[in-house]
Amino acid sequence: MRDIIRQLEEKRAAARLGGGQKRIDAQHAKGKLTARERVEVLLDADSFEEFDMFVEHRETEFGMADQKVPGDGVVTGYGKVDGRLVFVFSQDFTVFGGSLSETHAEKICKIMDQAMKVGAPVIGLNDSGGARIQEGVASLGGYADVFQKTILASGVVPQISVIMGPCAGGAVYAPAMTDFIFMVKDTSYMFVTGPDVVKTVTHEVVTHEQLGGAITHTTMSSVADLAFENDIDTLMQVRRLLGFLPLSNREKPPQRPTEDAIERIEPSLDTLVPSDPTKPYDIKELIHKVADEGDFFEIQPDFAKNIVVGFARIGGRPVGIVANQPMVLAGCLDIDSSRKGARFVRFCDCFGIPIVTFVDVPGFLPGTAQEYGGIIKHGAKLLFAFGECTVPKVTVITRKAYGGAYDVMSSKHLRGDINYAWPTAEIAVMGPKGAVEIIFRNELGDPARIAARTEEYRTRFANPFIAGHRGFLDDVILPRNTRLRIARALEMLANKQLENPWKKHDNIPL
Amino acid sequence: MPLFEKILIANRGEIVCRVIRTAKRLGIATVAVYSDADAGALHVEMADEAVRIGPPPAAQSYLSIEAILAAIRQTGADAVHPGYGFLSEREAFVEALERAGVAFIGPTAKAIAAMGDKIESKKLAKAAGVSTVPGYLGVIADAAEAVKIARDIGYPVMIKASAGGGGKGMRIAHNDAETKEGFARATSEARSSFGDDRVFIEKFIEQPRHIEIQVLADAHGTALYLGERECSIQRRHQKVVEEAPSPFLDSATRRAMGEQAVALARAVGYRSAGTVEFIVDPKRNFYFLEMNTRLQVEHPVTEMVTGFDLVEQMIRVAAGERLGLAQADVRLLGWAIETRLYAEDPLRGFLPSIGRLVKFRPPAESGSVRIDTGVTEGSEISRFYDPMIAKLVTYGPDRRQAVRRMADALDRFYVRGINHNIAFLRAVMDVPRFERGEIDTGFIDDVYPEGFGGVVLPPERLRLGAAIAAAIAARTDRLASGAVIDAVATLGEHRLAVAGRVSPGGVDVRVDRQEWRLESAWRPGEVLFEGSANGAPVAAQVDVLAEGVRLTLDGAVSSIVLRRARIADLAGYMPVKVPPDLSKFLLSPMPGLVVSIAVKDGQTVEAGEALAVIDAMKMENVLTAERRATIKAVKAKAGDSLAVDQVILEFE
Repeated sequence: MRDIIRQLEEKRAAARLGGGQKRIDAQHAKGKLTARERVEVLLDADSFEEFDMFVEHRETEFGMADQKVPGDGVVTGYGKVDGRLVFVFSQDFTVFGGSLSETHAEKICKIMDQAMKVGAPVIGLNDSGGARIQEGVASLGGYADVFQKTILASGVVPQISVIMGPCAGGAVYAPAMTDFIFMVKDTSYMFVTGPDVVKTVTHEVVTHEQLGGAITHTTMSSVADLAFENDIDTLMQVRRLLGFLPLSNREKPPQRPTEDAIERIEPSLDTLVPSDPTKPYDIKELIHKVADEGDFFEIQPDFAKNIVVGFARIGGRPVGIVANQPMVLAGCLDIDSSRKGARFVRFCDCFGIPIVTFVDVPGFLPGTAQEYGGIIKHGAKLLFAFGECTVPKVTVITRKAYGGAYDVMSSKHLRGDINYAWPTAEIAVMGPKGAVEIIFRNELGDPARIAARTEEYRTRFANPFIAGHRGFLDDVILPRNTRLRIARALEMLANKQLENPWKKHDNIPL
Repeated sequence: MPLFEKILIANRGEIVCRVIRTAKRLGIATVAVYSDADAGALHVEMADEAVRIGPPPAAQSYLSIEAILAAIRQTGADAVHPGYGFLSEREAFVEALERAGVAFIGPTAKAIAAMGDKIESKKLAKAAGVSTVPGYLGVIADAAEAVKIARDIGYPVMIKASAGGGGKGMRIAHNDAETKEGFARATSEARSSFGDDRVFIEKFIEQPRHIEIQVLADAHGTALYLGERECSIQRRHQKVVEEAPSPFLDSATRRAMGEQAVALARAVGYRSAGTVEFIVDPKRNFYFLEMNTRLQVEHPVTEMVTGFDLVEQMIRVAAGERLGLAQADVRLLGWAIETRLYAEDPLRGFLPSIGRLVKFRPPAESGSVRIDTGVTEGSEISRFYDPMIAKLVTYGPDRRQAVRRMADALDRFYVRGINHNIAFLRAVMDVPRFERGEIDTGFIDDVYPEGFGGVVLPPERLRLGAAIAAAIAARTDRLASGAVIDAVATLGEHRLAVAGRVSPGGVDVRVDRQEWRLESAWRPGEVLFEGSANGAPVAAQVDVLAEGVRLTLDGAVSSIVLRRARIADLAGYMPVKVPPDLSKFLLSPMPGLVVSIAVKDGQTVEAGEALAVIDAMKMENVLTAERRATIKAVKAKAGDSLAVDQVILEFE
C-alpha cells in the first residue's frame, strides 16, 4: 500500500513537471506561464480536479515509444470560477511543444463530454505547435474529434478559447467555432498558414505578429474578441466574462443582487445628445450610466467601433448591450458592424440573455466597397439575428433611426418587446435633407424653397411622435429615467415565452 | 423702494450664477444672456429670463455691446451687472448704458478709463501718492529701444502689454537677447489678444508676492478697504490659489496698503467694488500694479472673512444707496482659501482640455465650504471661453484649518470626462512651504521645477490605499462579514500583503504589518469612498477598472489590483512592456494651431532653442528643444491645426 502511494506521488510529481524544469524555465523566460500555472490562475484557489494525469501517447514510430510524458501535453479537468463549475483544458507547450496527439485530443473530448452532460462552460487554454507530426493521420483525427464536439456543444454550453501561444493550421478551427476568443498580446498568434508558407506561395513577407498577432485579430480580422497584456490579465478577464454568463442553455443567466438602485436618475443624460444633429457623442456614457455600478464588459472593442456590444447588468440581471456609436462613422451600419452585432445577438439568444439596444443610426454605409463586399447579405445577418431571437428585447432610440437601419435595430416590427424613444429621436425613412431632395425634386433649383421644405419636414417628421402614433414606440421617455425604464421592462419580461416555428435549423445568410 | 426691478448679467458661467443668487435674495428679477454654445448652461437655467445674444465666439456675443443692449430692450432690465472679463471694464459699454438710461452695477466710465490703461493708471497712482515700480511708461518703438530702456532700469525687467491682463503679452527678460525676443513676443500677443500692440517695460521685482486690496466705495464720498487677498500662487501669471488674509502682511503694512488703495479710489472718483493690485517684495515693500475696476474672480475669500456680500454692496451702491459703514466697521475674521478648478492637464504643463463633464460631483456645501460654479454634470467645457470649471472656497478659524478643509473638499471633488487640476491643487495644500505661508509668484516653478509630475504617496498612505482597495473588493465581490481576506495588493512597483477579515461595516486588515480598521458605507458604483480609517476620516475617489480599482487619495492616483498571493507571485513572470520610444518626435502637447515652425529639415538645434509656436486657448506656446538635436523631418506647417500628440517634427 505505502509503496503504491509512493509510486503515485512520484508519478504525480513527474506529471506536474511536464516537459521538465528546463522547458518550464524557457516558458517563463518568454513571459508565459505553464499550463498548470494558468489553470491555477483561472480557477478559484484549490478548486481544480484533474483528469487523465497519467495518460500517455500510443505512438511507436520515429522513436516515440521512448519519449513519453504523463499527461501527454494537455492538462484537463474541472474547477470553479467564483464558485461556479467550469471545465478546462490547458495545453502544455513544454511537452512536445503542446502538439496534439490522438490521446491529447481524447483528453479534451472527455472533458467536453462531461461539460455537456452536466451543463458547464468549457474553457480552452491554447498553446500548441499544432498536430503531432509523428502521429500523422491519428493526430488529424484527433483534431476532427475536437471540432465535432465543439460544434455540438455550441449553443449548449459557453465555450471560451484563450490563445496563449502559437495556434496554427488545423488547430485554429476549434477556437474559431467557440463563442469567444481572447488573445495575449505579443506572445500568441493564430493563422492557417505561417509566414514561411506565405512567403513561398505569395512572396509576401510578413511577421508572425503582423500575420496573426493579437492586434491583427482584434482590430483587423475580428477573429479574436479581446486582447490583453499578459497571461494573468487575460485569464482574470475570462473569469470576469463568465460572471455574466449562465453555465449552460438549461439555466437562466446568473443574477447578482446590487445596491445600485434601479431608480437612480441620471440628469446629465438629458444633455447627452447634442443640439446639433451632426455632432457626435459617446454612446458608452449612456451604457455606463445605465448599467449596474457602471460595469460594462465590452466585446470586440477595437473592431467595427461604429457598433458597441458587450455585457452589463441592469437591476442585477445580465443583459447584452448592442448600441450604435455616433463617434465612429456616425454610427452607421456596414459589413463589419453588422457581422459583429449579429454574432453577439445570436450568442445572447443561445443563452437566454436579454438584449438592450440603443439606436442612433443614420443608415447603411453607401459605396462600392460595401456593395461589392456583400453588405446586402452581411447587413441581413444582423436583421436576421434580431428577428429570430426570442429573448427579451428592449430598445431605446436616442437620436436617428433612419430607413432600413431603423427596422434592423431591434425595432417593434422584429418582435421588439419594449421600444422607447428619447424626445430627441428622429424616426424617419431618411434625414430631412435627403427626403426633401427626393420628394421635392422639381424644386431643387430654388435653394430657399428647399430650405423651407427641409425645415417643414424636420418639424413634422424628425421627432418620435409619428412612430408613436402608429404604436411603433411604447413610450417617449426622459433620458434621465432610462435606467429605471429599462429595468422595469426587463423585470416585466423576465418570464417571457416565445418560440419560433419548428424547423431543423434556420438558414441565416452566412 | 426696491433697489432695481430687473438685473441683466452681461456675462456667462459661474459669475452669473453668483450674481443671480444675491439678486434672488434681494428680490430682484434676473436676466441671463447666452451664446449658442451656452444654450443649455446653468446660468441660463437659473435666471428668470434668458436671451440669446449670438454665436459662440465672444466677439459676436458676450463682447457685443449691441447684442447686450438689444437684450436689455427686449427684457426691460433696469440695471446691468457685468461680472468680470468681457465688457466689465469697457468704458464704451458703460457710456452706452448711460445713454440707454440703464444703471451699470460698477464704477463710472471715467474711473474705468483712468484705470484701464496700464501706463496711464501708473501715472495717476503715482500722483495720488501710491507706491509704484520703477520703469519706463512711454511707448516703445522697437526692440532696440526696448533694450536701451531695459539697461537703464537694470535687469531683470518685465515687458508688458499696455492693454494686457491675465498674463497675456507678458515677458520677463534677464538680458538683451531676452529683451529682444520678449519684446517681439509680447507685442505679437498683445496685438492678437487685445488689438493693441503697445508694451511697456518696468523693473522686475524678484520673489514678489501678489497681494491685492479690496476697496468698496459709494457715490457719497465713502471709500473703504476690505482687507487684502494674497494671490501669489500663479502659473503663467494666472491665479490658481488665493486667500484672505495674507499670511505675510502685518497690520501696519495692511493699513498702509489699504490707505493708499483708498486714496487711489478717491483720486479717480471710484464707486462700487474694485481691487488695487500690488506686488510685495520680501522686505514688505509694496508697489502698485494695477487697479481692476470690477468684481474679482477671487472675491469670495474677502466675503468669507469680512461677512460682506460684495455683489449686494455693488447693487446698493449702483442704486445710489450709502454704504453706511466706516473703516472701523470692517473686521477680518478667520481665514478663507480659494482654489480655481480648471479644465487643464497639470501633468502636461497645464494644457487646456475641452469636452463634456461626464461626471461632475462637487463636495457638499456648508458654512465652511462654498462652491461657485456655472456647470453641472453633462455640461460642455467649450474651446470658446475661459476653461475655469469652478471655484472652491473653504473657511476656517485659522489658516491651518482653512487649508485642511480645502484639502478635504478637494479630496471629495470628483470630475471626469476632461482633464482637470484637482490633484495639483490638492498637492499644493500639502507642500510644507505653502503650509508655512512662504509663497511668492514663483512658487509653482520653484516647487515643481520639472513640472508637476503627480503626487507620490508616502508608505503609510500606500498601505491605506491597499486597505481601501481591499474594502472595495470585499463589497464588490459581495463578501459576507467575517470572510477571510488574504491577498497581495499591487500598486505600480509596490507589492503589499493584505490579510484580515471583512467586518460588518468595512474591513480589518493588516497591510505589511500595519493594522487598518476601515469603516465605510461605500457601495459598488459610488465614486467616493468615505468613512474612517483607524478612527480618522478618510476620503478616496474610486474608479473601477477591468481588474482592480483606480484610487485617488491625497491627490495621488494609484491603480491597485488585489490578487491571491500565488497569482501575485506568478505575475513576477509577466514581461514588463516598455512603451514605444517617442523621444524622437516632437508631439503637439495640446490641440491647437501652428503659428510658426522655427526650424528646417537637417537643422541642428541647441537645448532650449525654439522649435515651433502653437496657439491654443489664445495663448502662444513656444515649444523648445529639450537637448541638442538635429531635425530629421518637419511634419507640420504654419496654419495646420493639431490634435493632441500629433507629430510636429522628427529628430535624427
